[in-house]
Amino acid sequence: MVSVAKVNFDCTINGEKKTISAYPMARLLDVIREDCELTGTKEGCGEGECGACTIMIDGELVNSCLVPALQADGAEIKTIEGVATGEQLHVVQESFVVNNGAQCGICTPGMIMAALKLLEEHPDPSPDDIRHGLAGNLCRCTGYMKIFESVLAACQSMKQEV
Amino acid sequence: MRSDVTQYEMVAPKSLDEVLANLSSEPGKWTLFAGGTDLMVLMESGKLAPKNFLSLWGVKELKGISYTDDSMTFGALTTYGELQRHSKVREYFPMLIQAAKETGGLAIQNRGTLGGNIANASPAADSPPGLLVYDAELELTSVDGSRWVPYDGFHTGYKQMKLGEAELITKIRVPRPDPKGVHYFKKVGTRRAQAISKIVLAGFGLMNEGAVKTVRIAVGSVAAITLRCHKTEAFLTGKSLNDSVIAEASEIFGGEITPIDDVRSTGRYRRQVGKNLLKDFLESL
Repeated sequence: MVSVAKVNFDCTINGEKKTISAYPMARLLDVIREDCELTGTKEGCGEGECGACTIMIDGELVNSCLVPALQADGAEIKTIEGVATGEQLHVVQESFVVNNGAQCGICTPGMIMAALKLLEEHPDPSPDDIRHGLAGNLCRCTGYMKIFESVLAACQSMKQEV
Repeated sequence: MRSDVTQYEMVAPKSLDEVLANLSSEPGKWTLFAGGTDLMVLMESGKLAPKNFLSLWGVKELKGISYTDDSMTFGALTTYGELQRHSKVREYFPMLIQAAKETGGLAIQNRGTLGGNIANASPAADSPPGLLVYDAELELTSVDGSRWVPYDGFHTGYKQMKLGEAELITKIRVPRPDPKGVHYFKKVGTRRAQAISKIVLAGFGLMNEGAVKTVRIAVGSVAAITLRCHKTEAFLTGKSLNDSVIAEASEIFGGEITPIDDVRSTGRYRRQVGKNLLKDFLESL
């Protein structure tokens, strides 16, 4: 079978300008993990159900397994690697560490991205806001309570910082 | 097994004119691709035949929400996220908001679009019942120009619709409903997020001096298309609502729907829950 040609396009990943060369319908998830060697973003279900591959494009949460590479032309992408500042973990990451929000860790990068978006939109979230904000992210280890507590604790530390 | 990504061509026109030119110069060659939340899932499971896709994501003319005193118009590429963030949509079209909120999770809502939801033509889709009940119209555009058609009747059978090979859905328009009306939307699934409906019912009703003045009902996941229940509506119009009228409406409704057994539910469950939802809606009027 004849294969289509790869396309070249520019985008920004974690603040760094990149030129990508990929098949137009390659999954953005694979481009990020394999071509850009940013393996923090995980693959869970591969069909938009589990949220493990959640990243941000232009500031909005998306499932990178459902985005064809070509649609990332010109996009500003943020992955889990862009969350910490150097060695300094983000408050949300720190909170997941301290509160045992991660067990096997596969869902964690996606959970953190969803939690960041939640706290950006609801700095003082209700329990329902947290559940709604994380509803697209599945975890098969923790039973969710540790994750819920991690987000709640992160939100409290962020309030103290202000 | 996942399909081979090297077998799919995709080009990304930057303007509507370019999209239309592509569609008309090579009829049948191109498949339109909006946010990808349905098509990428098919690719993942190896069910997407090799195709040439036209990505609409960068086409600005297909974006944006505008409104007048009488109606609201959505670009076909309006996402569920954009719907929820728009205060006027929240004020006037609560069923669209509820459908948007219960479609996938937040990450899906940022890619899934109204136009894509309509063109994908799944009878289980979340936004069509609300759009049908709000009497939506679709703007269909080709190189020859645009035409408005009622959304009711657009789907003619499972995954079938009255859309020409060189046409695409460019806008969706909904008239502002009477502010005194009752809006009812209920989706029954395994959980609130990420679930595809077992059954979904949308209803709009307006009473006048104890009798039904206006009623519109649409249901998803109980027929080959999202169904507007015209017979049930015609029966109810002008009636005072009591237990026997509701029971009779429920029988007529039961005759309009044709639910089947599938991976998500059974025909029997859907029929019973459909009737329960109809009763719940009518009792809220």
